Amino acid sequence: MEQLLSAEYIVSILLSGISLGGQLALIAIGYTMVYGILRLINFAHGDVFMVAGLLGIYISAALPMYIAIPVVIALTIGLGFFIERAAYKPLREAPRMSVMISAIGVSYLLQNTATYITGGQPMTYPAIDALTRTVSIAGASTKLVVIITPILVVVLIVLLTTLINHTKIGMAMRAVSKDFETSRLMGIKINNVISMTFVIGSGLAVVGSILYFTTYPAITPTAGAMPGLKSFVAAVFGGIGSIPGAVIGAFLIGICETIIKGLPSSWNVSVFSDAFTFALLIVILTCKPTGLFGEKATDKV
Amino acid sequence: MRKTKHTGRSLLAVAGLLLVIILLENISSWIPGLPAVFAPTSQLFTVLKKGAVYSLVAVSMNLLNGFTGLFSLGQAGFMLLGAYTYAILTVPMASKDQVYYLFGGSAVKFSLVDLFQSLFGNTGFGGYLSLICAVLVGILFAGLVAALFAALIGTPVLRLKSDYLAIATLGFAEILRAIFQWQTLGPITNGANMLKSFPTFADFNIRNGAGQVVLRLSTFVPFLAAIICIALIVLLIHSSYGRAFKAIRDDEVAAEAMGISLFKHKMLSFVISSFFSGVGGALFAMYVANAQAKAFTSTMTYEILLIVVIGGIGSISGSVIGTFLYVACSEWWLRFLDAETYIGSFKVPLLRSGFRMVVFSVVIMIIVLFFSKGIMGDKELSWAGIGGLLKKRRPKKKTPAGKEG
Amino acid sequence: MDEKIVLRMENVTMQFGGVVAVNNLSLDVPEGQIVALIGPNGAGKTTAFNCITGVYQPTNGRVSFKGKTMICSHPTGKMKKNYLGSDEKKFASEPIVNPAPDHVVKLGIARTFQNIRLWKSMTVFENVLVAKHMRAKQNVFSAIFRTNAKEEARMRAETMALLEEQGLEQYKDEIATSLPYGLQRRLEIARALATEPSLLLLDEPAAGMNPQETQELAEYIQQIRDKHHLTVFLIEHHMDLVMKISDYIYVIDFGSEIARGVPKEVQQNKRVIEAYLGVTEDA
Repeated sequence: MEQLLSAEYIVSILLSGISLGGQLALIAIGYTMVYGILRLINFAHGDVFMVAGLLGIYISAALPMYIAIPVVIALTIGLGFFIERAAYKPLREAPRMSVMISAIGVSYLLQNTATYITGGQPMTYPAIDALTRTVSIAGASTKLVVIITPILVVVLIVLLTTLINHTKIGMAMRAVSKDFETSRLMGIKINNVISMTFVIGSGLAVVGSILYFTTYPAITPTAGAMPGLKSFVAAVFGGIGSIPGAVIGAFLIGICETIIKGLPSSWNVSVFSDAFTFALLIVILTCKPTGLFGEKATDKV
Repeated sequence: MRKTKHTGRSLLAVAGLLLVIILLENISSWIPGLPAVFAPTSQLFTVLKKGAVYSLVAVSMNLLNGFTGLFSLGQAGFMLLGAYTYAILTVPMASKDQVYYLFGGSAVKFSLVDLFQSLFGNTGFGGYLSLICAVLVGILFAGLVAALFAALIGTPVLRLKSDYLAIATLGFAEILRAIFQWQTLGPITNGANMLKSFPTFADFNIRNGAGQVVLRLSTFVPFLAAIICIALIVLLIHSSYGRAFKAIRDDEVAAEAMGISLFKHKMLSFVISSFFSGVGGALFAMYVANAQAKAFTSTMTYEILLIVVIGGIGSISGSVIGTFLYVACSEWWLRFLDAETYIGSFKVPLLRSGFRMVVFSVVIMIIVLFFSKGIMGDKELSWAGIGGLLKKRRPKKKTPAGKEG
Repeated sequence: MDEKIVLRMENVTMQFGGVVAVNNLSLDVPEGQIVALIGPNGAGKTTAFNCITGVYQPTNGRVSFKGKTMICSHPTGKMKKNYLGSDEKKFASEPIVNPAPDHVVKLGIARTFQNIRLWKSMTVFENVLVAKHMRAKQNVFSAIFRTNAKEEARMRAETMALLEEQGLEQYKDEIATSLPYGLQRRLEIARALATEPSLLLLDEPAAGMNPQETQELAEYIQQIRDKHHLTVFLIEHHMDLVMKISDYIYVIDFGSEIARGVPKEVQQNKRVIEAYLGVTEDA
């Protein structure tokens, strides 16, 4: 008990919670933006995140890190773009359920392809020196990634919000998320807007993958599924379609999860770190289905 | 009158099918020297057993997703409940200490197997009867527990709209998976370890005094169970309630305006579907001869959903055909893709472990994107259809490809 | 009035956000009559229907059916502050009654839809048969194990009788949505009748019909009223139809009542003519 209440322990738990939350936030934005525009739970998003991790491993083995990272970002964005064009665009007029099934199919394909390429063995994410260096804060020593994550998340979100609120494509995104059909009639190029959404979502997922896999370096073909689902829950929690909502939801889930994992092992509750997220989901859906910020339609993207 | 004629013909066909299964299972011991495919260890029987179990689960998912229009992804969770209920109730007393050795024995101080053995004896015919009773009761409870949980979770989640319902049920399944792996419940669930030693399909093989198998029934049993359950679901779908479900699927507002209580009927469909998923879970446990929470992942649900889509959402026969095709491809016909193959000294490229599933997922994507109605669309295999097929001697026109309206 | 009132709306107001779609609407529908609710596009007619059938919970007001309160509501929560209608105090002390649409049907109110909502995967026969489900004496077990065979046979026989009565029997095995438009409307009415209502709500039954069909429809509505001992409450655009068959007419515009009376009175009402033809000064 004493060990639990020590300041260092609390600080280190909070720090890693915030860091995990930030990583989830970067994935959650991809979910929430796609849902805002297409009303689609993009089940493949978590797997895109996993693929980004694998690409990181393979490409950094061949190229120096400062070249590898941009290449990984470019490839993953390409993948996100391609998935949308190949698997979702043909189903634009189909019932929503078909698109969701297609997303599940893509997820299945990405996981199986990853199993084939990696042979199903967990792969180890390379240590990026700038992120893995140890620093000490308030007596708790921690990796630099823990500090960098929240800062990077805030910077990226400020950039994203600026993009959405002050650029033409951002305005188009807001319009499409408000009313798909009318926007189309008003001459907005729907497909460009949707592609842009996938590009942004995938781009943020890559950044998320670098930070996440630096912290949890083992990548299996299903490594994206759980963080993906959790991020989606975060997006629902914050009110799907709302970017600030998704970010707040992600931080909350990240912190709660680390706290649960940090409880004494004699309580045997660490198996519930994932279940907790879903319990939260069911509670929020039954009490306030629109999520925390769901009502403020102006936040929608 | 036409109807009774059809019912008679269907019953005859089912009986014929079951006979063929028994024949297939035993033919290798009656006629020696048959090809290896008829040997009891052949992939054929894996496919048949797994196919029977999965077709029940797929049909029960179709009842919900295809006939009632509720997009639920909780299938694996309800299967888990069924599998564990069955296993916990039927692990024989004698095996409990060994199964639960990490927890110093089980907290469940009885076993259906021992219960019935004390009634009917444990050897010969009495033993067989107690096995049947124990398994039957165990499976029934498996279904009931799954149905009970469905009723509990249904009240909050069935109010949710399509994709929220999907994610909530998916989450529910994940919560169950965590609960069943919780060490604190170990004396009941065996924690993260597997439950085993309970009666499986192989126990139904009839043995003589010396313990030799005289009649194999290990494929027959899952077939029989699946056929009975699917028949019940078909009866439901063709009843007044089934029509009400379809009305809800087609247009909720109109259904409600014609006096069909949405909540009551959605709940009914959800509970019944979960009951049969629970039964399916119990059969699955019997098939793999163990019950372990980590097997019932969301990937399992996705797999079943994809089977339903391949067969045709809203078609029972489609789900069954889809299941057997899917299982046969993944367990048997596409196995060669996983083996490194040499033609002479030339190594066929790409073929190695895992390639089968890649090819498989590509095929599934093609079906989802270009043949979204699946094999059967929302049509059923019917006598008239088969008759027409035989007369024309040429396959029926495939359901049109492309976008669904 | 000495007739029995089947349906009574009192001060019904429906407000969405800051928009009042139905404002303080009160009306009576006496037994056995055909009453019409008319008004220009967007006047709030269908919203009023949705308030009666339980699709929407009205913001304020009461709807009684056969003398009993069926729906009752008053502004609550945020709406208390933002309420723009009147009489918010009148029902404040009464409990909120907000039945689900299927409950309303069970009481004996059936409806049709403006934009036809037949079940698209079902045949004509099944569309009517499903509407029989609500009143069938059966449960899910008797349905699965077919011990409800008598009940099922009765439902089928009654369905067939209804189809014959509506002249739809030759289409019974066709997919409902493949029928010509006029027949689909007729099928919707048959389906509504299958729920055994005492009050039939028709939402623009003549929409999309030519004069000839409209003429037939008028006779048809009167026929079914007499045959099934119904009270009919309808929303309509077609003035010919309304003037021909209605016993009494209510006219609303922008959610509020602007006139009421027998067809002759309404026809000559200045505000009605203005509402329909538009007035230059506030255009």
